[in-house]
This record gives sequence, structure tokens and C-alpha cells, in this order.
Amino acid sequence: MSKDGKLLLLDFWASPFCARVKIALEEKGQKYEQSEENLFGGKSELLLKSNPIHKKVPVIFHNGKPILESSIIVEYIDETWPSPPLLPSCPYEKAQAKFWADYIDKKVFEVGGNIWRNTSGEVQEEAVKEFIEILKQLEEALGDKDFFGGKAFGYVDILAIPLTSWFLAFEKFGGFKVEDHVPKFSAWIKRCLQRETVSKVYPDPEKVYEFVGNFRKMNGIE
Amino acid sequence: MANEVILLDFWLSMFGMRVRVALAEKGIKYEYKEENLSNKSPLLLQMNPIHKKIPVLIHNGKPISESLTIVQYIDEVWNDKAPLLPSDPYQRAQARFWADFIDKKVYDAWRKVWTTKGEEKEAGKKEFLDALKLLETELGDKPYFGGDSLGFLDIALVGFYPWFYALETFGNFSVEAECPKLIEWAKSCKEKESVSKSLADEKKVYEFATERRKKIGIE
Repeated sequence: MSKDGKLLLLDFWASPFCARVKIALEEKGQKYEQSEENLFGGKSELLLKSNPIHKKVPVIFHNGKPILESSIIVEYIDETWPSPPLLPSCPYEKAQAKFWADYIDKKVFEVGGNIWRNTSGEVQEEAVKEFIEILKQLEEALGDKDFFGGKAFGYVDILAIPLTSWFLAFEKFGGFKVEDHVPKFSAWIKRCLQRETVSKVYPDPEKVYEFVGNFRKMNGIE
Repeated sequence: MANEVILLDFWLSMFGMRVRVALAEKGIKYEYKEENLSNKSPLLLQMNPIHKKIPVLIHNGKPISESLTIVQYIDEVWNDKAPLLPSDPYQRAQARFWADFIDKKVYDAWRKVWTTKGEEKEAGKKEFLDALKLLETELGDKPYFGGDSLGFLDIALVGFYPWFYALETFGNFSVEAECPKLIEWAKSCKEKESVSKSLADEKKVYEFATERRKKIGIE
């Protein structure tokens, strides 16, 4: 498939998974079109047709062909436009990056969800505890490096940073502050946000907090 | 440097089987270490401290975890023969998508069919067959998911095949009746030595699962 050719992203403004794709495209200097999905009012025909199994965003079309699942899309982007590289070229380092990507995908958003999907009480407290443990694990993996991959912003950073746009919502509903527990990780967040490729597509945490608050009200979680 | 390859595994793990097939396809010599999952070895706990799970591949002392990541690692390092992933990025994304689908949908349904009962089990049965039907459509008329030769997606799925007999017996259904092409695919995979010597024996899987179900009070 030709590298040149139209890119269309089925998007949702608050979705950290969509933001991953946008950051990757920005990092590669690739122009793309966006189509905002109304996830609650009615998903578009195009979304339902291109992702019939999961019916989720992001979906990206390249030359009319859909690619699904944000981490898979980011890897596709890296393989199609190799410069600048997002994944390490060394197979072992790449496997380590994929391990952390998988860990982030399994843990962060789901456990964060357990915080805001519950009202205050034991279940939420457990979720907050678990969430902090996950961030501590990530902070340990980061170590003293600037980014997860080392000196350069890369794949794991791209997968992780958009999720942090939801942290304000987790903090407010869960009654804790991320910075109090993982200062190095918090510094990494700030470092990533200094990159224009990130800041221009990063969901506004205040708007996300409002969005989650409305969602909670609509579903009787108060 | 001489290649030292060790695989920490458990004989009936679908995920372990993926790695065994990949190693066999590439003709890699390795040391197989069977783990007792109720008494995990210090080596496993040291090499996969976060998840404490098998399979773990240890290559020249360095650990790689997560079966699909391990298979991709093997494909990249031993790239002189038997390519497992396609070279085209779009085809690679497709293969990864379906492997992810297997890990999410097939695995979840597999668990429900043999470790739950009643409504949850029935739901699991339906989900299992629905997922296999989707995979069968993806296979189409190709001999393998990878096309003319065994590839990444074949490896991702084939480890579930030894479990079919157990699931069919516990769930009272037949995969062959619902997905005949998929069974044809599985049988032709098994004709390859790399697969047949890597897959667990289905009767032994059934015996193990029966014992486990008794322990958790399902039988």
C-alpha cells in the first residue's frame, strides 16, 4: 500500500486511545482528517461497518483500508513511516516496550474506571490503592530516564500520556493526588506535555472531568 | 555469543504452546522448564516479577514475557527462516488485530465454558462459538491464516485446539459441527511437526480440567 494517501481518523475528543493515534501521526508529520463520533447519540454507519466486532474508536483509514486498536494503529504508523522511530530497533528493547504497552493497556484505564464508576466507600478506596500501585510500577519502569524508551519520546510514552488526561477526574472523584505518590511520574507527564505533538491533541482534563461527572449523573452514580 | 534459550512454561497453556510452535518453526534449540503453577520457581518470580506468569522466554539471560510479544521477538531475532509475520504493515496490523481478538474474546469465553456453570457457562459457549465463527470467516479459503504457510495468527490460535475436546465435553457442543473449516485448518496445522510436538494431548487436558472443576465445585 502506498505511504502517501488519505488518512481518516474516526475520533472522539475525550478518548485517550484516539489521542494516541493523533500523537503518533503528529510525531511523523503526517496530515490526517478527523471525523468526530457521537458515541452516545449514535455511532456512525462508517464506524459500525469498519469495526463491527468492537464498535469502538479509534479507527483509522489509510487509503480506504481500516486499522483498529490504538496500540496496533500506532505500531502500523511506525512501520509505515519509519522516521522518527517510535519503537526501538533492538528486538529486546522492542519486546520490553511491548510488555509495558500491554501492562498499561490492561491496567491503567480499567482501574481508573473503577475509581470514577463508584461512589466513595470501600470499593473506590481499593481502586485508588490499586491505581497508585500501578503508577508506582510505571514510575519504577521509568527510573531516571526522561522517557520510557530512554532519551527519546517513543511508543510507550505515546500510549501512556493521553491516559493522564483522565487523571484529574480520577483524583477528584477518588480524593487523592497523583503527584503526592509518584513525583517522578508526574514530572514525566509535564515533560511530555511540553511537546507540541502532545499538547495540541491532549484532551483538556477539566473538560474530561466535566464529561465524566455528567456521565456519572446520567448513570446514577453520585 | 552462544545462544542460550530457556522457556518457562506449563504443559497445557495455550500461551506456552504458541511459543513452543514458534521456536520449533525456527528450528531453535532450547531448554524447556516445566513450572508448577501452585509453587512457582524462584527463576519465574525473578524473570516475570510483575505478572508471575508463564510463558517466559529467557534469551541469553534476558527475559521476555507475554506470549504474542515473545513470538514477535522470536520472529525478529531468528529472521533467517520461516517468517511468522507478514512483511506488509497493513497485513501485520490485521494479524495483530485478530491475535488481540483471540486474547480478548476466545480466551474469555474459554474460561467461562470450563470454570463456570449455568447462565454464565451458556453465555460463554455462545461467545466461544461466535468468536470461532468470526475467525473461520477470516481464514476463508486459505490453508493457513498466514496464507500458504503457518504464520503469527495460526500460532496465536492453534494452542486452543487441544482444549476443544474438554470444552466440547463440558459444554455439550461440537466445534466441528459449527466451524468445520476451522477443524480442517487445525488438523492440517497438526500435520506439521512443529505443531504436533508442541501441542498438549487433548485427553490429558480433559483429565486435568475435570480434576480442577471438581476442586472448584463445578463437577
